[in-house]
Amino acid sequence: MFGYEFYLDPSRCIGCQSCVRACEECETHRGHSMINFDFIDREETIATAAYVCWHCDDPTCAEVCPADAIKKGEDGIVHSSLKPRCIACQNCVLACPFGIPKIVPEYDQMLKCDMCYDRTAVGKRPMCATVCPSQALAYVRPEDIAHRREKPTNIFYFGNQRVTTKVFMMAPENQESISIDVADYTWEGEREAFLPA
Amino acid sequence: MAKPSIPLEELARQYGPHLNYAPVGGWHQESTHPYSLVKTHCCFCGQQCGIQLKVRSNQVIGFEPWEEFPFNHGMLCPKGVKRYLQSNHPDRLLDPLMRSDSGFRKSTWEESLSFTARRLREIQEKYGKDAVAVYGGASLSTEKSYLVGKFARVALGTRHVDYNGRLCMVSAGHAYKPAFGVDRSPMPWSDIPKAQVLLIIGANVGECAPITTDYVWRCRDNGGRLIIADPRFTPIARNADLYLPVRPGTDLALLMGLLHVVLRDGLEDREFIQEHTTGFEAVADSVKPYNPQKAAEMTGVPPDAIEKAAHWFGEADRAIALHARGLEHHSKGVENCTAVINLCLATGNIGREGAGCAMITGQGNGQGGREHGQKCDQLPGQRSIDDPEARRHVAQVWGIPVEEMPQKGLSAVEIMEAIHRGEIKGLLSLCFNPAVSLPDANYTREALEKLEFLGIIDFFLSETARFADVVLAGSLQEEEEGLGCTAEGRVVHIQKAVDPPANARGDCDILCDLAGRLGKGQYFPYRSPREILEELREASRGGIADYYGISYEKVDLQMGVFWPCPTPEHPGTPRLMEGGKSFHPDGKCRFAATAWRPSGDPVDGDFPIYLTTGRVVSQYLSGTQTRRIGELVEQYPEPRVEIHPRLAATHNIKDKDWVTVTTRRSEITVQAMVVKTIRPDTVFIPYHWPTERSANRLTHRTLDPHSKIPEFKVSACRIRRADAPPEWWLRRASEQARAVAQQPASAKERR
Repeated sequence: MFGYEFYLDPSRCIGCQSCVRACEECETHRGHSMINFDFIDREETIATAAYVCWHCDDPTCAEVCPADAIKKGEDGIVHSSLKPRCIACQNCVLACPFGIPKIVPEYDQMLKCDMCYDRTAVGKRPMCATVCPSQALAYVRPEDIAHRREKPTNIFYFGNQRVTTKVFMMAPENQESISIDVADYTWEGEREAFLPA
Repeated sequence: MAKPSIPLEELARQYGPHLNYAPVGGWHQESTHPYSLVKTHCCFCGQQCGIQLKVRSNQVIGFEPWEEFPFNHGMLCPKGVKRYLQSNHPDRLLDPLMRSDSGFRKSTWEESLSFTARRLREIQEKYGKDAVAVYGGASLSTEKSYLVGKFARVALGTRHVDYNGRLCMVSAGHAYKPAFGVDRSPMPWSDIPKAQVLLIIGANVGECAPITTDYVWRCRDNGGRLIIADPRFTPIARNADLYLPVRPGTDLALLMGLLHVVLRDGLEDREFIQEHTTGFEAVADSVKPYNPQKAAEMTGVPPDAIEKAAHWFGEADRAIALHARGLEHHSKGVENCTAVINLCLATGNIGREGAGCAMITGQGNGQGGREHGQKCDQLPGQRSIDDPEARRHVAQVWGIPVEEMPQKGLSAVEIMEAIHRGEIKGLLSLCFNPAVSLPDANYTREALEKLEFLGIIDFFLSETARFADVVLAGSLQEEEEGLGCTAEGRVVHIQKAVDPPANARGDCDILCDLAGRLGKGQYFPYRSPREILEELREASRGGIADYYGISYEKVDLQMGVFWPCPTPEHPGTPRLMEGGKSFHPDGKCRFAATAWRPSGDPVDGDFPIYLTTGRVVSQYLSGTQTRRIGELVEQYPEPRVEIHPRLAATHNIKDKDWVTVTTRRSEITVQAMVVKTIRPDTVFIPYHWPTERSANRLTHRTLDPHSKIPEFKVSACRIRRADAPPEWWLRRASEQARAVAQQPASAKERR
């Protein structure tokens, strides 16, 4: 859908798992949900989070695929593996910084969120973002998301790796990127140069 | 006597709950085959979300969000997403059943209805008209609800008709009607994002009214402050600006404390109080003792938090207070709701955009189902059954002499008590599963077994239906046309998507047939729900809930009509009390003083812990439908008891340990969920399950004296770690293994 973007805001999530249930109703992967859902730490908090694929501009999953089975479309959607090519080696599962791809044993193939490209192509919003009661998953116009307290960003740092994505994360105002600190594992000399200000 | 002829476990093996995971034909059916989309509403909670059902060959095969519907814009909770799996379910009753030595046997409509009519007549001839009672339900369409009330009063001539809405929001109704002259949320939900302060007390919005979450978050996006009062840190509390951890059963003290601070600091709206209300002085006197210190001691909420909440609420130009079962399920449920109203009236927050108070009605047609006569104390149009003018009007519409109109009868729990005492001998029940949903479940079971006749109209064999003499295979929501009314007072149109399968029949059809066999057919000539609506419009005309101007076509055109709607030209009334004008003849809103009193099941040395019960997001009410949908069950398979780590430590309980919870009635053993999201003096168990897993074995039958709602939200209990898993768990584990092997074959055979 032209002019619409996908926004994720775990702080709105109420843990209802409507997205998980609705995802498997989609035509392209019926019976299999592609949503990643977590209770963060149920003993400590009620906080939950639901994620779709972030659809990276330079998808790590595709870069590490030895079978060249993962393709990004012109619309920016990173697709499930191509069945004839996928060897279910799990490279993508291990490499994705967001932990998105899954091997589906029934098909012996990697499947992942394709942002309901079949729906968006015909003017429907992705299933998960349509049903989400808290709009923690939202597929809306940028001017609509601007009403929120939190602001969108699509720049992530995983230690040395800078990742930009099609999907936006809602972050506190004035925070231009999101850093997940794995600096302890990286070469100290390089760290300074890559960390955000 | 209404006793099952074979063990309940055996009945469960035959009739479920079995789990349905996939649509008709499995997940891999070709999706390119043509289907039609039917714009209708979810069958579950009071939000009544718009949804499109995918229909092919008289089967519901899936859903598609309905983004144009203005309440939910396509949003759905997991129950709504999976609701379609109740259609074509292997447990579906396809024929009327009669009890036999081997459980139940298939019957014919002729045999089962003649038998039902004969038994009801025999009991009434032997013991009197009022020896038979009728139970209805708030998930029925408005037309069906109307028909249930008329059927009881005209076809059976009994006083005793009540419904499971008695377990829902009646306390709110009994507070709002005296205060405003009307029992409805005074505002549309579109007001919520416009409030500057939102107080949500006793409402687990994220799990029990999920779509309302979006309205709450949008209020915050607009800069609104969110105050949450609840013994549990519920999902919406995660973004609260102020969280008030109120001790179960003490909400009234908190609300009186808030009003105390408002009045002490001069934050009240004197002009509004003067012009639009009566009874203020008595209320002002009643809250004088409830200073923050005293309120804190009673509620466990810090005094400064009470001060802060009162100031935020009192200083805002536009404040809204929302409440649900957490406030209403108490022996002082009416006073609790009245205290919310008092707070809003004192601060002038009513009848304006972005200001007001509202109950978040819980059941599917919780609003519409209580407006047109299946309540023991009301006639259609929300008219009081004690009002001679109302009796005359309705008797005339029904074509009966006014002296034949029965008087007020007993409420839902009181009916079960009268059955237990042996005063009521026969019961006809639809859309109600008292074996799971009434408090003190062991008592309910004893009562059911005492019945001389139990007739059930249902689409699945509910836990209550297991006790029945006759089970009449009725219809799902999507199998009959009708109206519903949502939590915000919007009348919506339930479309008929498919016909009832095989020999199952529409509920209206069954009731009308039965009325004919009771010799009252001339009063029930309807050939369709549309004809019932025509009569309902007349019956409600001039009443409070005036539906005279409502038609299916108008509802479709406007995407819902807010009642009252007195004429066909009238657009409906989204916001009530505009300009501070109530429905009372003098136009004033009425304050009412409240007095605190303890719970009906107080904690003491033997039972030192508070037990509170409620819902989880993936299950609905007694679970008759949702315990049959595979993934909803997997999301939260069994009841667990939430315990704070501090309390757990004192009992040597760890997460996932088996814990026996004991009250003055009974005990159950369930798994522990050790979480910091609950008060350390309180435990929580959801109530959707039957028998040994039933939280309602623990609850008590203390009723609010006005609304007759049971006190589900506070019981006294003690806990101990159990050494071994309970029998039900071991039995289920072995049954599940067997079911995996057997289910497809047995399901196929029964179809």
